[in-house]
Amino acid sequence: MRLEHFQMLDGIGAMDLGRAALTAHAVVPEASPVFEGHFAGHPLMPGVLLLETMAQASGYLLLALSNFDRMVFLVGAKEAKFRSFVVPGDRLMVHAERQHDGSGYAVMRCRVDRNGATVSDAVLTMRLVPFANEALKLHVRREGARLGLLAGTGGT
Amino acid sequence: MASTFEKVAEIISTTGDVPIERITPDSHVMKDLEIDSLNFLDITFEIDQTFGIRLPMEDWLQRVGGGEYEGAEFFVLKNLCRHIDGLVGQVAAA
Repeated sequence: MRLEHFQMLDGIGAMDLGRAALTAHAVVPEASPVFEGHFAGHPLMPGVLLLETMAQASGYLLLALSNFDRMVFLVGAKEAKFRSFVVPGDRLMVHAERQHDGSGYAVMRCRVDRNGATVSDAVLTMRLVPFANEALKLHVRREGARLGLLAGTGGT
Repeated sequence: MASTFEKVAEIISTTGDVPIERITPDSHVMKDLEIDSLNFLDITFEIDQTFGIRLPMEDWLQRVGGGEYEGAEFFVLKNLCRHIDGLVGQVAAA
């Protein structure tokens, strides 16, 4: 995770396109400017960033399902729960599964686990739209490659 | 058994926070009931789930945007319900 760069996922662990499900992994960094404000002396992963983490797992799953043909945006969150503090060094497993495949949108059931216990979960609505420009498409494909979704396209 | 219109009106009332008495077969979802795009997405989801269909919203919006149809063809409730009934019939026949 690079919180200040909104890189919430470190890699894709498993993906089942037939079941429309994905598991990603991420490690909360030991240090980040985010923790200077949230909170000095008591660093905690902000709940909104856990939500973003689930949205990114959902997004990459939907990108893979569309063969990176459509951009995905978070447009709604329901039943979001933050069940436990998440702190620097925590190793997270992020699960996303498509609950409903709508026309131009998808509803996703997501959760974040730590050591087998759920620390956060939510139902997210994602909108799928054509890419606004080639630069965005290239950026998303590079990130997909970094995570292991697109082999041989220049990931780190 | 509730009619398609009654079910859709209930979904719009609950999801869009619209008083049920305001909703008539001639209501335009956006223009008359003031449903915004995000609420309409939630309503679309509830309709999809309730009727076991997939409203072809992208196709409809393209047809309206391209001038093939007026928005009323899909977004006035009596017309929307007619399309829902057609989609339910297609699912049943498949």
